[in-house]
Amino acid sequence: MKELIEDCPGKRALFLGNEAIARGALEAGLGVAASYPGTPASEILESLALVASEANLYTEWSVNEKVAMEVAAAASFAGIRSLAAMKQNGLHVGSDFLLHLALSGVRAGMVLVFAEDPGAHSSVNEADSRYFSKMLELPLFELSDVESAKEVIKLAFEISEAFKIPVLVRSVTRLSHASGVVELGPLPKPRRNAVFRHEGFILDPDLGAMISAPVPLKRMLLQEKLAGLKARFEEFPLNRYFGPDKPETLLVASSVAVLYAFEAIERLSAWDKAGLLALTTTYPLPEGLLKAHLKAPGRVFIVEEGVSFLEQSLKAFVAEHHGELGQKRFLGKDEGTLPGVGELNVDVVAEALAGALGLSYEPVPKAYASKAAEATLMHAPQRELAFCPGCPHRASFFSVAKALALDGRGGFVCGDIGCYTLAMLPAGFQVIKTLHAMGSGTGLGSGFGKLGRFGFDQRTLSVMGDSTFFHTGLPALINAVHNRSDLLLVILDNQGTAMTGFQPHPGLAFDAEGKGAMAVDIEGVCLAIGAKVFVADPFELQETERLLLGMMGEKGEGVRVLILKQPCALSPQRKGKGAYEVAVDEAVCLGEACGCNRFCTRVFRCPALFWDKNAKKARVDDVLCAGCGVCAQICPSGAIQKKELVWAA
Amino acid sequence: MGGIGLEKDPWNVILTGVGGQGNVFASRMLAKMLAAKGLWVTIGETFGATQRGGSVMSHVRVSVDRRLLSPQIPKGAADWVVALEPLEALRVLEGFGSPEVRMVLNDRPVYPMGVIAGEMDYPTQEALRADLDALSKEAFWLDLTGIAKALGSPALASTAILGAFVAKSGLSLTKEDAFLALKDSIPEKKLASNLEAFEAGRLAAGA
Ligand code: SF4
Ligand code: SF4
Repeated sequence: MKELIEDCPGKRALFLGNEAIARGALEAGLGVAASYPGTPASEILESLALVASEANLYTEWSVNEKVAMEVAAAASFAGIRSLAAMKQNGLHVGSDFLLHLALSGVRAGMVLVFAEDPGAHSSVNEADSRYFSKMLELPLFELSDVESAKEVIKLAFEISEAFKIPVLVRSVTRLSHASGVVELGPLPKPRRNAVFRHEGFILDPDLGAMISAPVPLKRMLLQEKLAGLKARFEEFPLNRYFGPDKPETLLVASSVAVLYAFEAIERLSAWDKAGLLALTTTYPLPEGLLKAHLKAPGRVFIVEEGVSFLEQSLKAFVAEHHGELGQKRFLGKDEGTLPGVGELNVDVVAEALAGALGLSYEPVPKAYASKAAEATLMHAPQRELAFCPGCPHRASFFSVAKALALDGRGGFVCGDIGCYTLAMLPAGFQVIKTLHAMGSGTGLGSGFGKLGRFGFDQRTLSVMGDSTFFHTGLPALINAVHNRSDLLLVILDNQGTAMTGFQPHPGLAFDAEGKGAMAVDIEGVCLAIGAKVFVADPFELQETERLLLGMMGEKGEGVRVLILKQPCALSPQRKGKGAYEVAVDEAVCLGEACGCNRFCTRVFRCPALFWDKNAKKARVDDVLCAGCGVCAQICPSGAIQKKELVWAA
Repeated sequence: MGGIGLEKDPWNVILTGVGGQGNVFASRMLAKMLAAKGLWVTIGETFGATQRGGSVMSHVRVSVDRRLLSPQIPKGAADWVVALEPLEALRVLEGFGSPEVRMVLNDRPVYPMGVIAGEMDYPTQEALRADLDALSKEAFWLDLTGIAKALGSPALASTAILGAFVAKSGLSLTKEDAFLALKDSIPEKKLASNLEAFEAGRLAAGA
């Protein structure tokens, strides 16, 4: 990504939303960035780490988002501009620190970008975390388009530094993962000298200690900052208005909903009736600007994703100023003009707006739409999500499912966050029965494991990946060990954060910038806290199953940990280097005549092993097969045969 | 329009396929070539969990002017659908097609898990052709995976389809433009084969 650090003002570059965010930070003189991988935020730190040495940055993948915020804050305290980036969950993880950071304040500009996932494309929640801004009394900016995102980030840094307050910036999947043309600005080359001053009076923002106490006084200072911000936001260049001077209907939108609202008005050719107030600073709200635009229209349509955050704020504002603004009719999520859940898009907004304006919106001829729907229904089988060919998780969960079935006591798995979350689906034999936050599987497992006194005798397993182990899994594990919970933890160690693109974690010997780092040994940590530990290769099905059954059979309390070690199929170590050449011997594959009932393809479900309907035999697709050799172990007739391959070192 | 043959403004192209086929790469290359001509381009897509064997789609929108455009194309507004996998083209039409849409398709199926497992059927090519013909203005089928394999790797189909699309849609983009877009994005040793694939796609589409 050479363009990211090209000092060529005026040049246009095609950037991913997350790259535009990174570029904005660089143009603002960023020094330190920290993050924890999570879709849709990962590329922010990823792209910064790539240019770290050239741009003289320090970047890190922190153990979790709270620590990422702390690492960034330390830089700010020492006078270095810093960025913390995370997906929505991270803001919740780190909110305890943020609660105090709001009170202590910051020094050099510090921006916290959280990228949310309306529609839950790559999340198991749909959090709209904007209320944190009100709760913590911190300013909030919402990015709406790739083109302006870079400018907003620059302004966020300036404002953070001017007001000595961390600034929250909200992105969403449709922005972080959209690309657009961005005009490059100048890249400063700041001379940096990190010093943390702490010798002054406690309330001195530049020289005092960075502490949230004395709390009432610090809160007073925080509220003074907010009042100043309110005034500052009146002039904020990226609070924009489009449309006629006195529209009948005013649309107010933030985030990518700005684009949807804009295009909806355009598609309905409704610019004579409707105007659009596009807000970037949604907390605190610029009151003068609101008053100016809210006076004329009788109807206000708030277009936003998530909860009715902006809608509630505007309603309160209009109620407060009803003398001046008069009666309004509000449309939005609360009374159902827009859906309460899921993502918006141009069509959803256009349809709602058409309804409100008494227009009709028919983007596709009805006959075409029904013909297309019918053809899709008849001929387009859905694509279910699956583990990659050669994925260690398929093998691990195959053994777990088998062991649970043999145990026969209604056992189940408490799941966690990563590729292995797919084990709630047929891809992973549906063994996962609880799924919540990072590390929660083992916290829940710890709790289930203490229910014995109430007659609970189901086998409880929890699973977590190597990255999750460090993120928040460890405290839960310590809890289980200390309290002698009857828990079996399976650690799926595939040596990287596979789901989000192989970012390193503390278990690996290299860091975000590819330099050497201390590897923290998972097995050693588990042993040190007093768990009983076993290690196996999940590709060895029999051995894994034997260990699992042994662990399940053990009586009494106490935590047993099984570490299943095998790199991810897409990892650089394994990609394109199968251990075996695998093929189905058609003479031996009995197909439907075999008592196995097509066990290999129907149950094991490796995408590279398919059922050939015509030949009525299983077959291996040699383009897709990763050569893990696992399927060869499951065919009862021995029809799937593997031949070891030797790779030059 | 825009000096390179934009038929409409904004001009909307959907590239579709299955996770792992190079859809994201192809959309980025197309957008880069167009941006290099001074056009304003946006790409809308999602990546992450959706890519593990799932359907993927990239929405490329092109305009002569800087303007606010949703990264997702509205219903019925796709001008072109470029499909690395033919079944995915049908899925895209349900959301974004219209009687005016035109398509370039790679004829090589990637079977969904349910088909691989023997539980569901993949439509015959005749059935799929009939559906797509009925739902579009034009549909061009090409054996791009075949072309790519002949050049050394099935993965080159994503570059080949770009060449084919450029030729069919009449964009004045050449191998030189492809070179400029590719040169900083892929390892040097893959550059030559990708350019060859681009050119082979163009020729296959009658350029
Ligand atoms: S990316 Fe790796 S861990 Fe994730 S499903 Fe594929 S092989 Fe498994
Ligand atoms: S060896 Fe078998 S299980 Fe492994 S990737 Fe190939 S077909 Fe799939």
